[in-house]
Amino acid sequence: MQFVWNWFRWLYEATGINLTIFYDAFDRGRFSSGFWMTVKLSVICIVLSVVIGIVGAWIQRSRLRVARTIVYWYIQAFRNTPPLVQLYFFYFGLGSLLKAVSGGPLVTNVTWAIVSLSFFAGAFNVEIFRSGIEAVPRTTIEAAESLGFSRLQTYLRIVFPLAFRISLPALNNNLVNLVKTTTLAYAIAVPEMLYVSSQIWSDELNVPVMMNVLLVCYFVLVGILVYVMHRWERAIRVPGFGV
Amino acid sequence: MSDSSGASESRVLPVLLPAAERIARAAFRERTQGMPTLRLTASHGVALVGVFLVGCGLARAQAQTYDPDVLATIWKWTPLLARGFVFNLAISFLAMAIGTAVGFFLGFAQISLLRPVKRGAWLTTHFFRNAPWLVLLFYCMFLLPFQVTIAGITIPIPDWTKATLGLALPVMANVSEIVRGAVQSIPTTQWESAASLAFNRRQTLWMIIVPQCIKRMLPPWMNLYAILTMATVLASIVGVNEMMTLTQRALSAESRPGLLLAFYSYVLLWFFLYCYPIARWTVRLEARYAVNQ
Repeated sequence: MQFVWNWFRWLYEATGINLTIFYDAFDRGRFSSGFWMTVKLSVICIVLSVVIGIVGAWIQRSRLRVARTIVYWYIQAFRNTPPLVQLYFFYFGLGSLLKAVSGGPLVTNVTWAIVSLSFFAGAFNVEIFRSGIEAVPRTTIEAAESLGFSRLQTYLRIVFPLAFRISLPALNNNLVNLVKTTTLAYAIAVPEMLYVSSQIWSDELNVPVMMNVLLVCYFVLVGILVYVMHRWERAIRVPGFGV
Repeated sequence: MSDSSGASESRVLPVLLPAAERIARAAFRERTQGMPTLRLTASHGVALVGVFLVGCGLARAQAQTYDPDVLATIWKWTPLLARGFVFNLAISFLAMAIGTAVGFFLGFAQISLLRPVKRGAWLTTHFFRNAPWLVLLFYCMFLLPFQVTIAGITIPIPDWTKATLGLALPVMANVSEIVRGAVQSIPTTQWESAASLAFNRRQTLWMIIVPQCIKRMLPPWMNLYAILTMATVLASIVGVNEMMTLTQRALSAESRPGLLLAFYSYVLLWFFLYCYPIARWTVRLEARYAVNQ
């Protein structure tokens, strides 16, 4: 490994391309922790937002009017305001109310970022899943009932698999947007890739190089997600259906 | 992404409702557009006014006896905030103009018959589509010089110009994809009949395909503009003197934490009032053009 790091040091001396994130152990640690923070943020938010979407879509079909109204206003609020405002609202608004006994914040900024971004993407997911569920015809559900499936079984084995396949393209669009939105966590000092890079370039004064590294990293990260999701979309698509 | 030429014929399975087909089309549209369609309604405005009033109430409850009234305070700062808002609009206009102009070229390059041009345009488009807006903004803010010297004349480049360019990049990529999607959504029969009437490729594009595309591109393009306008507040993170930055300054000048909600919801209200008509118009155009497709 040392050989590779030395090569980057040589690259700097020979060409002036200063990739400290490779040959400097401290910067390497910082950058890789930032990279993994972005991955962690993305994965946790994706999982949570999908859970919120499924639960929300389920509540929207419930018989309780109050529950439906709450979910409706949740969607409206989170769909139509900028995510940066939501982030500030959670971190500065709610975060300042939740103080620990010692006076420090009870919830860390990373947690607030996860909560805020998950709710943001979750609002879209609720709508996506709900419209997917609505696209499954009543007759299919009746057929399942006539075969002796219970309400839960019908939902889990008939409605949801179909609805999920219908909603997957829209879901993918939203998840890709979510990964790109994780950069906003920079604004509340979450040490993700953008934040860490800005620390590195202000220490090492290699702004252009780090900028390019950052751009390539995001391109690759989002590119991988897009590729994997498209493959999945194609693998489980309903034959004969889709644009 | 598959060609949409086969989508016009009905391939709905008996097992799925037409709604499923509609969702698939919407997802396809959002994919070319790169972002969800804004669907603002009047009830959002009412809710926002409600939040604003609650904010004013909170500020009043927390005010000291010698503090001036909330509404008076907001009114006092309004001219400054309005100047900031004009800045937001200027940034959005310029970024949209630049992004559209370059994006058009890139979109047509994406359907070029020359393989390297096509691949290059595809890569450029997807590179900028996959990069987060904030990263592109940082990229332009830090990498462009603060002044350029051409033939002995020094031209300063102010912050907001750089922010404009930073926002124009993602707009460019999205416009490029909108153009490509629209051109490919025109049925192949149009190309074939043009060819049979001895139109060459350029004539077919300019006289037959593009005029039909404009209609299809307009709604996503307007949606992109509304989203861009809301994204201009990102420029506050890199320190441009736009409305969000000025609001933060006004708040720190007042140093009354109670004003926070009132001020921020006031800013949101401004943006809502500007984006609402655009969003409504977009939805209406979309519905109108969807009928004769």
